[in-house]
Amino acid sequence: MSQPTIGPLHLGEPAADASFLSVLEQRGVRPTWDTTDANALVLPEATTILALTWTDGVVMAGDRRATAGNVIAHSRVRKVYEADRHSAVAISGTAGMAVELIKLFRTELEHYEKIEGSTLSLEGKANFLARMIRGNLAMAFQGLVVIPLFCGYDLSESRGRLFSFDVVGGRYDEFNYAATGSGGSEARSFLKTAWQEGLGREEAIGAAIEALVAAAEEDAATGGPDLKRGILPNVLVVTADGVEEIEDEALAALAGPILEERP
Amino acid sequence: MSMPFYVPPEQLVKDRADFARKGIGRGRPIVVVQLDDGILLIGENHSPSLRKIGEVYDRIAFAGVGRFNEFEMLRVAGIRYADLKGFSYSRADVTGKGLANAYSQTLGQVFSHEVKPYEVDIVVAELGKDRSEDNLFRIQFDGTLQDAEGFAVLGSYVDEIGEALADRLGTGVGLDEAIAAACDAIEETSGETVEPQHWETAFLDRSAQRRAFRRISADEIARIRS
Repeated sequence: MSQPTIGPLHLGEPAADASFLSVLEQRGVRPTWDTTDANALVLPEATTILALTWTDGVVMAGDRRATAGNVIAHSRVRKVYEADRHSAVAISGTAGMAVELIKLFRTELEHYEKIEGSTLSLEGKANFLARMIRGNLAMAFQGLVVIPLFCGYDLSESRGRLFSFDVVGGRYDEFNYAATGSGGSEARSFLKTAWQEGLGREEAIGAAIEALVAAAEEDAATGGPDLKRGILPNVLVVTADGVEEIEDEALAALAGPILEERP
Repeated sequence: MSMPFYVPPEQLVKDRADFARKGIGRGRPIVVVQLDDGILLIGENHSPSLRKIGEVYDRIAFAGVGRFNEFEMLRVAGIRYADLKGFSYSRADVTGKGLANAYSQTLGQVFSHEVKPYEVDIVVAELGKDRSEDNLFRIQFDGTLQDAEGFAVLGSYVDEIGEALADRLGTGVGLDEAIAAACDAIEETSGETVEPQHWETAFLDRSAQRRAFRRISADEIARIRS
């Protein structure tokens, strides 16, 4: 039984830690999806996302397509988000749940920072994300799977780092590059040959775009850059200075020659 | 069986208010100043880790004087309120007015129903698109809610510091001048010189994209006041 609290601010609430998720649980408003058989549902799925390291940090990118069965549900979906000042997160899987989980994750990081007066370590952020994914395991068995990628600039180690996850909350340190989603294996194969030590900023962004192009060529659920309709991937660059979103004009300028020169 | 003494409500309220004022009057003051470029929050604080000024939301800051554990509890409750509201609705729906009202009701309830009133004096500063849209809400220990104009002073020597500050703040002062004015006004009133590292300073920056709150370092204060 919870203690009575004072006033609209719930003074005296027992949730004593700095976690926003604890506050939601305390008040019984944590977002949940209760269903016994979601396999019958055909919901929008977010597909290919990837990240790779370069000299000064990380580049993270995602295509813009969401598919429901064999229908293109949305062609301008955002799968890559700034998580906080030094990290970014991307999602694949059931789009509706994934977007809500990312919103919760971002709020959690900001909430912790404001209450504690300092940010979580990069590993701490990755571990919290893994815990959120694990909390979703029952839904994964119903066919509603959410798999993120997480990357950031680790200020304590002065380097960019990548993390991948599985549905049971497994958290894996990835080296050099990582990709997931329906076109993930194709993107990974491309990055395996394109990645090298000492990549520059432009080269890394170019490699990310081309990996998405390669994935879109083989995977119907991945949407490549569409210059005619102005549909371009979302690309974030994370360095010690923060997270920077690459503008559509700059992406179009890079994507044009890549599409031109593809074999 | 003993009969409880009758205490008239006027006396009860007065006793509680006197008690709270005494506690708050012992605290070092904090000054909040509205500027063209943003809102400055500054006060003397000898601890580098126990903060009196903090970020609540994108364009909202909190400042408190009095008992640390009490205003800290209010600060944390305010962040929870703001984050929960922004999460449930939209970031644009978190307003300084809503937060100030929640503080006012909570402090009012504590004042009349709890064993003792909170010995705190707090400010909710909200940055608007321009100066005319800014809000400075001052909430006192009994839940009294005031909408301050131009600047607000919390803690001890409120009137004296207010007068000293009003003399120094002309129209269109910049951040550096405002910091110097606030430091001078506080030092003049207390008659003591404060080291640069003992000022806790924060600024809600009007040019910021999303999170407008940033702290100003002791080095910066030393540079401004040299």
